[in-house]
Amino acid sequence: MRRVVVTGLGMVTPLGCGVEHTWAGIVAGRSGARVVEGFEVSDLACKVACQIPVGDGSDGTFNADQWMDPKDQRKVDPFIVYAMAAAQQALDDAGWHPDTDDERNTTGVLVGSGIGGIGGIYDASLTLYEKGPRRVSPFFITGRLINLASGYISIKHGLRGPNHSVVTACSTGAHAIGDAGRLIAFGDADVMVAGGSESPINRLSLAGFAACRALSTAFNDEPTRASRPYDKDRDGFVMGEGAGIVVLEELEHARARGAKIYAELVGYGLSGDAHHITSPSEDGDGAYRCMQAALKRAGITIADVDYVNAHGTSTPVGDEIELKALERLVGNTAARLTMSSTKSCIGHLLGAAGAVEAIFSVLAIRDQIAPPTINLDEPSVETGIDLTPHVAKPLAVDIALSNSFGFGGTNASVIFRRLDS
Amino acid sequence: MSDIAERVKKIVVEHLGVDAEKVTENANFIDDLGADSLDTVELVMAFEEEFNVEIPDDAAETIVTVGDAIKFLEKNAA
Repeated sequence: MRRVVVTGLGMVTPLGCGVEHTWAGIVAGRSGARVVEGFEVSDLACKVACQIPVGDGSDGTFNADQWMDPKDQRKVDPFIVYAMAAAQQALDDAGWHPDTDDERNTTGVLVGSGIGGIGGIYDASLTLYEKGPRRVSPFFITGRLINLASGYISIKHGLRGPNHSVVTACSTGAHAIGDAGRLIAFGDADVMVAGGSESPINRLSLAGFAACRALSTAFNDEPTRASRPYDKDRDGFVMGEGAGIVVLEELEHARARGAKIYAELVGYGLSGDAHHITSPSEDGDGAYRCMQAALKRAGITIADVDYVNAHGTSTPVGDEIELKALERLVGNTAARLTMSSTKSCIGHLLGAAGAVEAIFSVLAIRDQIAPPTINLDEPSVETGIDLTPHVAKPLAVDIALSNSFGFGGTNASVIFRRLDS
Repeated sequence: MSDIAERVKKIVVEHLGVDAEKVTENANFIDDLGADSLDTVELVMAFEEEFNVEIPDDAAETIVTVGDAIKFLEKNAA
């Protein structure tokens, strides 16, 4: 099969617009969590979230007008605008701006979202209720559909290869990157723009996720302490928003044009829990088999992995189950493995999480550093795995694995390797 | 310029994201102002909302320029 490499990165996160701005914040262990701004939260159980810093575009702030025509922004939910921003950054970073028929026909897009335009659906349902069906916008459907992120990106950049999308809750971003890599490996495309985007922060989502007891509610007065994966006081995840998008490219295609190559996508594993709609099975079997499948595809063992970017959402149940699955995999080599959850800084970006975290894994390889798990004052269980509490750790990273697990029992792991290491 | 004409032009500028000086009475929504068929549906909805009138589909189909909209609304708006 053809080899697939990462040649471009783009992101919008609660720590800022742009990969370098976000990564600097992650490595420094900054928290993007705040009391929610923009709507009423007094009656909600969870009042904190990690929102994108909006501004004029300077100093890492996000200015939507830089990424999408204001006339089009009006027609879509923010997850599409974030995806447009991250895709533009990734294509610019890759230096890939196809303009021949052949280049366009072999470049595709695969960007997913966990819940897509939930904010717009909420607003339109109020319009329907208050003003009737004749007031529902002709752009209501096209601005909420999850695959329209891929659609808008393809239209803007003239990318006429495979146009696809993924919807697997919190595994979306990882599945999108893994599936896009396979499209290249199988020869359906030479280049893929792949990742995830999410704009879930509104009253309806906060009420819904709180109702299924997934959100942190004990730190409304101390937002920056709320996301605390593996810590004994963790009580749920903190919702985030944003997008992460990579440019994946067939190795020889990248070499032929002299592209900068960040890493090779060497492994991708998938599994299902077949257990419960929100809880992973207690023995972590789904996570275990998922990581195992990715390792097998990469032709390596867990002992070869230098850094794991955990799913680690900061929920009481999920974190320990992931840890247990990893411990089962590493057996006696636990002391050598380094893992962290960057959700401690930016919260849980749901459908964008896997993509953003895949990028952090690639950057861990580039910069030879493991980002920290902030707020990890006291782990709830003992483990030989280094969970990288509080501060980043310089680390020789040739191979990094990123985990994503979603509601419905859907799991994905991706593995990146420094090229020819 | 009538009050109705001004309000129509303001809506067109806002919805289509075009410069005000381009929004002349002869300007065709699709050919001159860059609208697509869905934009024109949304524009008609905005006129209905602003002027509190119902514009039936067969009438909406005859509204292709800024002037058409002004004329229709001057005749039908309360």
